Amino acid sequence: MSQAIVSMPKQAKRGEVLEIKTLAQHPMETGYRRTQEGVVIARNIIRTFVCTYNGAEVFRMELHPAIAANPLIAFTTVATESGTLEFRWAGDNGYAVTESAGITVV
Amino acid sequence: MTSRRSFLLFMSTSFLGSAHATPAEMQAAMRKVIGSATVRPGKVKLEIPPLIDNGNTVPLTVSVDSPMTAAEHVKAIHVFTEKNPQPNVLSVRLGPRAGRASVSTRVRLADTQTVHAIAELSDGSFWSGTAEVVVTLSACLEDGLI
Amino acid sequence: MGRETRAMQDDDATNPAMFWVLEGETLFRKKEGSGKACSDCHSTLQGAAARHPARDAKSGRLLNLEQRINACRTERMDAPAYGYESRELLSLTAYVAKQSRGLEIQSHENPAVEAGRRLYQLRQGQLNLSCAQCHDERWGKKLAGTPIPQGHSTGYPLYRLEWQGLGSLQRRLRNCLTGMRAETFPFGAPELVELEAYLMWRARGMKMESPAVRP
Repeated sequence: MSQAIVSMPKQAKRGEVLEIKTLAQHPMETGYRRTQEGVVIARNIIRTFVCTYNGAEVFRMELHPAIAANPLIAFTTVATESGTLEFRWAGDNGYAVTESAGITVV
Repeated sequence: MTSRRSFLLFMSTSFLGSAHATPAEMQAAMRKVIGSATVRPGKVKLEIPPLIDNGNTVPLTVSVDSPMTAAEHVKAIHVFTEKNPQPNVLSVRLGPRAGRASVSTRVRLADTQTVHAIAELSDGSFWSGTAEVVVTLSACLEDGLI
Repeated sequence: MGRETRAMQDDDATNPAMFWVLEGETLFRKKEGSGKACSDCHSTLQGAAARHPARDAKSGRLLNLEQRINACRTERMDAPAYGYESRELLSLTAYVAKQSRGLEIQSHENPAVEAGRRLYQLRQGQLNLSCAQCHDERWGKKLAGTPIPQGHSTGYPLYRLEWQGLGSLQRRLRNCLTGMRAETFPFGAPELVELEAYLMWRARGMKMESPAVRP
């Protein structure tokens, strides 16, 4: 199953504010839940999300257990030049997912 | 002798478990982020539905009134809760390339409470905003039955 | 459900059910034992979800969408049936159901609908409640702070915030029965399919919303 979905325009005018919506598939297990036997279910969450635009970091978010499962992160960035945006999610148990999307800036 | 209420809390399979942060813990978490600076109310808008469908997944948008230029922009936004098991919700690092100081996500809220957001501006000032939310439990708890 | 939950549903960029829909699309094109994929016979399945549960012409059995998919797999594709609530079956069902989004639910009175109606009106469980008592007589009122919906099954399979995952209508019905402290029927039981048939009749003419988001 795809681990992440990125939605953003493929083309924009220079200086336009790009609206980017990202979805990651992840249970975001808080570490506060217990099984029926009373055993704590270990914390397992995404910790960071970073967006780079042609290599330069333009957005970073730190996530805590209070972020819901299958997290949505919607943010903006200015369309400066054509190129590639990379989206990186990292978290517990070595979780690491990368997605990228191209943008043509006219 | 454990009381019936604490027994029920222990047996609960909600994500809450039996832990609750206190307003004091939230203040401490905020202090970590802002140090000894003064926080002024204003500029920060927290949009959360006032009565939410399910505390598991609450849409939240935090935005800050700022031109987002190199000279004047939002450097960071932090969100806190007073009654979740721990006070931190998210921290966002921004810069003039953001275009707008705004982020939308979905959060978990354990109880009816006030959610707080603090923004750090490029001039070193801190601003805050709050939103009050009413959280109800799902009527028919299914306890993980599939 | 609130405005914001509906907004989450209506935008494919924010609806977590899309993970299952995309996986379903992949499975739809996957070649199985017979050398064929679903897509080799079906260029589109638009309208299918809006017509199910439906009686299988060959066997005469009443099948919901999940059972229809499994029947196709076992009878025509030389492939094993997917388990109820398995990732694969949910994904395929979500992908197929989404193709009926916006279409009106097609249903008419028949013995299955009548059987489902009787179950819907039957008092069950330790609380001695029937579905009708909440969802026909008291919809709009509150149960422990939550509004009681009419319970129209227009959006299944759906992402339920309470589950933090995608699930079928049968999963939801079993949860309700548990909530009523009644004995639940097993997945695939004829009673559950009859209930589904009745619920779809009850929602006849309403537009499909699958895959929906619900509290």
